Amino acid sequence: MEIVSEIGESTLNGLSYIGSLASLGARAAYYTLVTPFQGKPLRLQRAISQAMDTGVSALPILSLITFFIGLILALQAAYELRRFGAISAVATAVAVSMSRELGPLITAIVVIGRSGSAFAAEIGTMKVSEEIDALETMAISPIRFLVAPKFLAMMVMLPCLTIWANVMGILGGSLFGVAEADFTFMRYIRASVDSLFLRDITTGLVKSVMFGITITAVGCLEGLRTSGGAEQVGRSTTRAVVMSIFLVVVVDLLFTALFFFAGDR
Amino acid sequence: MATDQMVASVRPEPVISLRDLRVSYGDREILHGISFDVVQGETLVILGGSGSGKSTLLRTLVGLEKPSAGQICIKGRDLAKTSAAEMDEIRRKIGMSFQGGALFGSMTVGENVALPLREHTRLEDSTIEIILRLKLQQVGLEGFEYYAPSQLSGGMKKRAAVARALAMDPEILFFDEPSAGLDPIIAAGIDQLILELKRAFRMTIVVVTHELASAFLIADRMLLIDKGNIVAMGTTEEMRSSTQPRVRQFLDRVPEPEISAEMDYLQMLTAERPRPRSTLGKRG
Repeated sequence: MEIVSEIGESTLNGLSYIGSLASLGARAAYYTLVTPFQGKPLRLQRAISQAMDTGVSALPILSLITFFIGLILALQAAYELRRFGAISAVATAVAVSMSRELGPLITAIVVIGRSGSAFAAEIGTMKVSEEIDALETMAISPIRFLVAPKFLAMMVMLPCLTIWANVMGILGGSLFGVAEADFTFMRYIRASVDSLFLRDITTGLVKSVMFGITITAVGCLEGLRTSGGAEQVGRSTTRAVVMSIFLVVVVDLLFTALFFFAGDR
Repeated sequence: MATDQMVASVRPEPVISLRDLRVSYGDREILHGISFDVVQGETLVILGGSGSGKSTLLRTLVGLEKPSAGQICIKGRDLAKTSAAEMDEIRRKIGMSFQGGALFGSMTVGENVALPLREHTRLEDSTIEIILRLKLQQVGLEGFEYYAPSQLSGGMKKRAAVARALAMDPEILFFDEPSAGLDPIIAAGIDQLILELKRAFRMTIVVVTHELASAFLIADRMLLIDKGNIVAMGTTEEMRSSTQPRVRQFLDRVPEPEISAEMDYLQMLTAERPRPRSTLGKRG
């Protein structure tokens, strides 16, 4: 009986965590979409500098990682395709798997490491040094002031980064294509573009927006839940990263299943 | 004292009024029914040892903690019955200076002080600039608006925090441990600042501290809180001449007898015999 009650308890905890994330997201959306029209301007300046941090500064490392991932995909696909004499299908395999799955996912994981953890650390530090309390006593909502600009920045930047990741992945694949599969560079790119349907790209982008929401919500929630001292900030940061990766994969599964059963075959 | 006579003759409506306030964290009650009033222009010092519940009391007063029972009225408005918008309205009339200053590290001192003005008013930048200079001058920090909080000393951080608390011209000021972590000279400077604010603006001030010297200097009235209960309340003279054992112990700085067991320690913190550990630690 002990086990049953523990399963029940952790299920409830999980559900209440999802509930907290949803409520944080909803409040951030309210301050992003509703209150600016009631005379409470959004901190656009802050959102832009946040977008620089999470987006533009992530480009070098993201480019390198996704280039390699593209190359790895090409090698792995070629291993199997060669047996059927279909090595020219490498371009298709890389393009489709990058834009449908790995582009958004790898981008999300890089962003979790760079920004999700930073959100938790930043807000957690502010929490333990009473800065969040100070905001509240000044009648400034921490959600509007701190969380909403992060949501906005992430929801814009993650799809942008994903598109970039797709391009870099295809470029990585082309290295193999040109070297080993008798493609010219232009022909490889042409083959990649021809193999993609618009929906391959849009489903990836829809997922990446959802990933952005998930990462921001988890990072900010873990930050806001920090209590105690500096040591707790470290713990929140770790939890934010682990939780984000897990939830991003869950969201990925949900949306992939949704697209699959909603006629996208 | 002049203030006492004024209070006795006019008896204005209290600015802050607490009735049987109880606060709990989980199933541990921290404050067990606190009642007192603070009148306009008065400085109330809340004294108490570590873990006495004095900081919780202050956090509850500014709306950072929710009471589990009882009533808090600030300027005649019951905090429990206010909407979020009304609560914001009340919060604009209060200023709070936090223990560590709680300045925003990503902004300069000037931006910190100007923040409430930028968020809550539609004043022109030039006007905000003037107010900002004025507030910094009031706390003796003129010329420091372009410094980052990390470049300031502990005492200066506190002063900057007071300047930020004053930005909206609040009617009530709350101080959490204003002299904690400061050397005696700097701490005396902060006491002086509080006295000046009181003299110049007849501001209502509530200070939480355990520094006796500073408490006796700034207080009109004092309140000793211990294990979540009010032990004594009165003017500085009344407190000084009190014969109540707990007050004497606190004022004469008599150490507590050695704490021997964990249960006794927990009992000292909560004034209740806690339940065994297995149920207590469940939430962790």
